[in-house]
Amino acid sequence: MTEILLFAIPALLIILGALIVVFAKNPVHNAMGLVLTLTSLAIVYITLNATFVAMVQMLVYAGAVMTLFLFVIMMIGVDKPDQSKESIKGQSLLISGTLIILVAIVLFVILENGLNWDLFFPESENIIDGTPSLIAGVMFTSWVLPFEIISILLIVATTAALALAYEFKKSDSND
Amino acid sequence: MSIDILVSLIKPLLVLGIVLTNTIILIWLERKVVAGMQSRVGPDRAGPFGILQTLADAIKLLLKEQILPLRADKAMYLLAPIIALIPSFLIFMIIPLGPGFDLTIGEETRFINLVGADINVGVLFFLAISSLAVYSVVLAGWSSGSKYPLLGGVRASAQMISYEAAMGLSLVPVILYSGSMSMSKIVESQSGNLSSTIPVIDSIVRFIPNWNVFPQFLAFGIFFVASIAEVNRAPFDLVEAEQELVGGFHTEYSGFRFAMFFLAEYINMFNMCAITATFFLGGWLGPTFPGIFPPLLSAMMPTIWLGLKTVGLLFVYFWIRATLPRLRYDQLMELGWKRLIPISLIWLLVSAIVLGIRDFGLPWS
Repeated sequence: MTEILLFAIPALLIILGALIVVFAKNPVHNAMGLVLTLTSLAIVYITLNATFVAMVQMLVYAGAVMTLFLFVIMMIGVDKPDQSKESIKGQSLLISGTLIILVAIVLFVILENGLNWDLFFPESENIIDGTPSLIAGVMFTSWVLPFEIISILLIVATTAALALAYEFKKSDSND
Repeated sequence: MSIDILVSLIKPLLVLGIVLTNTIILIWLERKVVAGMQSRVGPDRAGPFGILQTLADAIKLLLKEQILPLRADKAMYLLAPIIALIPSFLIFMIIPLGPGFDLTIGEETRFINLVGADINVGVLFFLAISSLAVYSVVLAGWSSGSKYPLLGGVRASAQMISYEAAMGLSLVPVILYSGSMSMSKIVESQSGNLSSTIPVIDSIVRFIPNWNVFPQFLAFGIFFVASIAEVNRAPFDLVEAEQELVGGFHTEYSGFRFAMFFLAEYINMFNMCAITATFFLGGWLGPTFPGIFPPLLSAMMPTIWLGLKTVGLLFVYFWIRATLPRLRYDQLMELGWKRLIPISLIWLLVSAIVLGIRDFGLPWS
């Protein structure tokens, strides 16, 4: 019972946050809905014993990324909140189609298994603590090459973003 | 089982009591200390030495009318003070207040840990929760529907992101040095005195406690500066610069909602000082005088030591506030990005190399 509650409350909060992101008219409300979703997701990670991932989720996504989102929203202003025009042609059709397929799959699974709750809460066989030393042990031994390649990729991306956004003095005078 | 539930119920209530009492004393102390430094008297009417002044202020704020600005975004305006308070309470939960003791009720004996929640990633929890604290300032500034609070909110988001990076980076060498992310283990790793393999140095440093502040002095400096900026205290209080922004992000707040921001600021300040003491000044470690003091006082000495260290750091906060003028915005950004972050990165590299040589020897040997 406790396990179901511990899962259900954050799960409902995740869905609530996601609905706010989609349906709220005000960009700041959208951003706060996303914060709610990301924070509740961190709670789900904690219940799965992945404390390190949960803390990084809070620190990076809910803390840093969303603060930058809010910063940008506040800088450009929220005077034009409602944009009902479709930015991609036929996007509402595509989204409704995907949603119908998703609901159909879930319904199919439910009907096939006759509402068997073990399907949704499978018993875990081996419980592992998601401690930092465990993650670091794997990351810096067997996965060290992909890890380093990703770090180089991130530095390249940061430099490229800087080069794109930085207005050089020469191009200023030409314009 | 029943004792466990009782303990986990009592702990948050105890924390609430400690935090609120602390705040009342802290506000009075700050007003007295700053008044003394500026050759004023400070509060002296309510109670002896004006110690009841904060209580009187709290009652005044409770009874005042709460104004909802016409152009305010109602939901976010009401949410912001609550978001301000929750992280400050959560951070206090992970500060180890003492070594813990055995409690016997009836036939059951339980080890009571004197910390709200001793989690294995305590340092990350502290950083994660303090990164959530920025939302209260940003939302309060934005939702008030007024120019000055908005400027305060925009400043807050930029300032707190900048200094969070420096704060996190300055903590990494401490984690490396202590070998754990758990707050209790970081305290325990600082027990004993410094030692050295060279006899002459050893005879000098063996009387100095093995606190992180001595080997990690640069990390301590960076963390201290960044923590002042993180709690928006002078000289980094651009978020609520009175002379430029009226009251900054809380200009439009009144009554108890303003009191909640005020409360959160002082709790955050206390938390920061207690955490600085835990990371760098040995936390609750200190002589307990078991033979000289009565047993109860001797058992309480660790908590008293932590309190003394925290109050000492708080005094430095007040001192800095009374002494230094406010930084300009570009100076603030330059200090954060061009000084503190590069220095903390270099210090991280140096500490990692030194620790690597200490633990694994030189690479060619």
